[in-house]
Amino acid sequence: MTGAMMRPQFVSKRIKAIRFGVLSPKIIKDMAAAKIVTPELYDREGYPVDGGLMDTRLGVIDPGLVCKTDGLKLKDTLGHFGYIELARPVVHIKYVRQILDLLKSTCKICGRVLIPDENAKKYHGILARVGEEEGFEARRRRVKAIVDKYKKKDQCPHCEAKQEKLRIEKPYNFYEGEIRLSPIEVRARLEKIPDEDLLVFGFAVGFRPEWVILTILAIPPVTMRPSITLESGERSEDDLTHKLGDIVRINQRLFENINAGAPEVIIEDLWDLLQYHVTTFFDNEVPQLPPARHRGGQVLKTLVNRISSKEGRIRHNLAGKRTDFSARTVISPDPMIELNEVGVPQSMAMTLTVPERVTEWNKQYLRSFVENGSKKYPGANYVIKADGRRKAVTEETKEEILNELAIGYIVERHLVNGDVALFNRQPSLHRMSMMCHKVKILSGRTFRLNPAVCNPYNADFDGDEMNLHVPQTEEARAEARILMLVETQMISPRYGLSVVGCIHDGITGNYLLTKELVLSHPEAVDLLYSCGVNDLSRLPHKEKIDGKEVFSALLPEDFQFSGKDKNGNEVEIVNGQLKSGCMDKANLGQESGLMLRNLYERYGAEIAADFLGKVSKLGIAVLTRRGFSIGISDLDLTKETDDEIRAVLEKAEQESMKIIEQYTTGKLEVLPGRSMQETMELRILEALNRARNKSGDLAMRQNKESAAIIMAKCGARGNALNIAQMAAVVGQQALRGRRIDHGYANRTLPYFKQGDVSPKARGFVRNNFKTGLTPYEFFFGAMTGRDALMDTALRTPKSGYLYRRLSNAMQDLKASYDGTVRDASGRVVQFSYGEDGLDVSKTQNGVIDVKRIIAQVLGGAQ
Amino acid sequence: MEIDVSNHGLVPKHTKISDAEKEKFLSSHSLSLRDLPKILITDPAIVCINVKAGDVIKIERVSMTAGTAVYYRVVVNG
Repeated sequence: MTGAMMRPQFVSKRIKAIRFGVLSPKIIKDMAAAKIVTPELYDREGYPVDGGLMDTRLGVIDPGLVCKTDGLKLKDTLGHFGYIELARPVVHIKYVRQILDLLKSTCKICGRVLIPDENAKKYHGILARVGEEEGFEARRRRVKAIVDKYKKKDQCPHCEAKQEKLRIEKPYNFYEGEIRLSPIEVRARLEKIPDEDLLVFGFAVGFRPEWVILTILAIPPVTMRPSITLESGERSEDDLTHKLGDIVRINQRLFENINAGAPEVIIEDLWDLLQYHVTTFFDNEVPQLPPARHRGGQVLKTLVNRISSKEGRIRHNLAGKRTDFSARTVISPDPMIELNEVGVPQSMAMTLTVPERVTEWNKQYLRSFVENGSKKYPGANYVIKADGRRKAVTEETKEEILNELAIGYIVERHLVNGDVALFNRQPSLHRMSMMCHKVKILSGRTFRLNPAVCNPYNADFDGDEMNLHVPQTEEARAEARILMLVETQMISPRYGLSVVGCIHDGITGNYLLTKELVLSHPEAVDLLYSCGVNDLSRLPHKEKIDGKEVFSALLPEDFQFSGKDKNGNEVEIVNGQLKSGCMDKANLGQESGLMLRNLYERYGAEIAADFLGKVSKLGIAVLTRRGFSIGISDLDLTKETDDEIRAVLEKAEQESMKIIEQYTTGKLEVLPGRSMQETMELRILEALNRARNKSGDLAMRQNKESAAIIMAKCGARGNALNIAQMAAVVGQQALRGRRIDHGYANRTLPYFKQGDVSPKARGFVRNNFKTGLTPYEFFFGAMTGRDALMDTALRTPKSGYLYRRLSNAMQDLKASYDGTVRDASGRVVQFSYGEDGLDVSKTQNGVIDVKRIIAQVLGGAQ
Repeated sequence: MEIDVSNHGLVPKHTKISDAEKEKFLSSHSLSLRDLPKILITDPAIVCINVKAGDVIKIERVSMTAGTAVYYRVVVNG
């Protein structure tokens, strides 16, 4: 957040490479600023002890103290390493495996690698080639394979000394036969390995294996293990300091015992303890070792713990970034706010702030925020002075700040209506997952959004949460506004239609309005005014106003459109007047809305979004005034339709029985590539599904309108199949594209006779949801229901990961100015984007309707 | 045994473009051979036409979006 004020710093040195490796004792000593000799941390005055773990030569963590090495103060000094000399060498736990490999594959006497000289050249060649072609890891594996071959021989090919069997007792004890090798002996053996032989193992030039047996331990700087002062004034040291204290203490005792000539047993014990402490200093999660603990029993966090796992430095701090000025809460719908608005709770607006620079012209305006303080709503939390110092606005400092507030100051004021913010819902799969909204401060505790923008975010209100980010600079705000505002994202780059559109009541209301409603003049005025239209001049001056005319009042006056509605009827708009057809999903809906798409093309994003908002509200207003509800009786069929559907089902069942009979008598005509039984199954399935579709159509087309049917007809919610299942017949239940055919021996349920392949015994549900299902029908429904649930549960993560891999692989491909698609290094992937060179977001559902464009152009000229 | 796959219905038409065409093509797109997609000289689709490394192959493919789409690949040694 202070980034805006910081001057860019130019660095003249550049990191070319980073090398990982083992520090030699000499390097540790050379880079050390101090030798640590005492476990004491502070003297009686509370100053760090010289030669202690908090030695000021290792950096400082107390204000007022100066680092003795570089003379810098707290926060300026980076800290310096120290070292301690270990009384006896210990094994570095992280290199145990490599030590064992080395010991096993070299001679105990002469230290040469156990590969005969005459073969060594050959292997060098092979290894160099493998290393070059397949990488470092492959080379490592190859070395292992080669050495394994020779390890079995118990004689050194160079000095002919007999080799003993080596083994390791976890975590760090080496045994040769039954005798334990002390780290001193291990080190002596590693020292004997000649440099040339080390190359075989793929170690870097200059590396000596004895370095992994520690004789000197580097002490990390104080700055990476700062102590914290508790409220009581007591100091609480970092876990690493605790661990180092243990090491230093044991080391001290070991030294004393050795010098005093103590018995070997005591020295061995102390040595083991030192090994344990050094091991847990590196890694406190070594299997077979009890983790080192605090006095209270809490496990210490040592070096490996700091780096590894999800909470470690890499995944938590380096790969995971957190941001200020962001908020997250549950979302809920508000159809009355604009499409590009987001409702932000006032309590959030008082924490999320926008920095605004004081100028001659806004001084009074910004003063009013400071006057309110940080506790009263449109207030300010901080003021940044011209010199970059930040001051909190409180009751006490308010007066002072108001007095000194001058041009050049920056006021961090509360979020207010009209500020822009980025709104986002995970998973962010496409660019519409993060859009810019205008803030609208509302009461309550949830984010509010217009239900029409749920679709691009794939949000619903069953407990979804979303994130909000407040851009902090003018540049960021401009970018968000111009590139990310909701209306600029309306047209999907995937299929070239609007991703937002009317939903549910918005569609139903407009459908009813344009189809059948006739209103009185005052009613029409009321309707339009309630959805934000205040220019009523386009409403005809007559007593009775047709619904189409009300709808037309929202359209631009010179808008021409001709298309089809959902049911294939002509929709004609001439000079902004809806002449024929009614508005439904095909023209208003999301991911279809052709009329919306045309409006966008002709008049631009802003007008299209504004139109959409008004139309949505109009639809809802129509329904609230007309009344719209559903009930069981919506699914009552007329006598004629009921008879027709019964006849259809009867016929389908008879047909099925006929197919079964043909099958049993062997007269069934077999489909190509199918067996007789498969043919029967397919034909029955097809006949029954046809019957269900037919009855759905009949139910939809019956001579009676009901709310459920209206919604299905205009595409607001539900479809013919849903209606059919509720009113006519639930239909054939299918598992993996077949009729239900498993369960008991030769039958699906014990209720049926064995070998019964009739529709009802194989999962055909003859009843509908209104009349109710028989127990076995219900059971078949439960079977397919479970299957569908399983299917989605298994498929969702798979397809999600597939999409992620795909989008990551293609993320830096771009269409260049010559029309080619190229990757980040300029290599061509496609010679014409999508092979046809079309920008899908400039098309309508992937096609450019040339005829319509010509008609539009000529229509304008006439 | 060598089979000429170019007669197979699923193998798009591969032709070698002349050096003059190649120069024109590369300069019009400001491309270097390095930027082009590669095709192995041993690719069954081009073993039967006489090509050498560095030649550019023009491929006319059936495209779902554009009817026919033209693609270019540069011949490389294996």
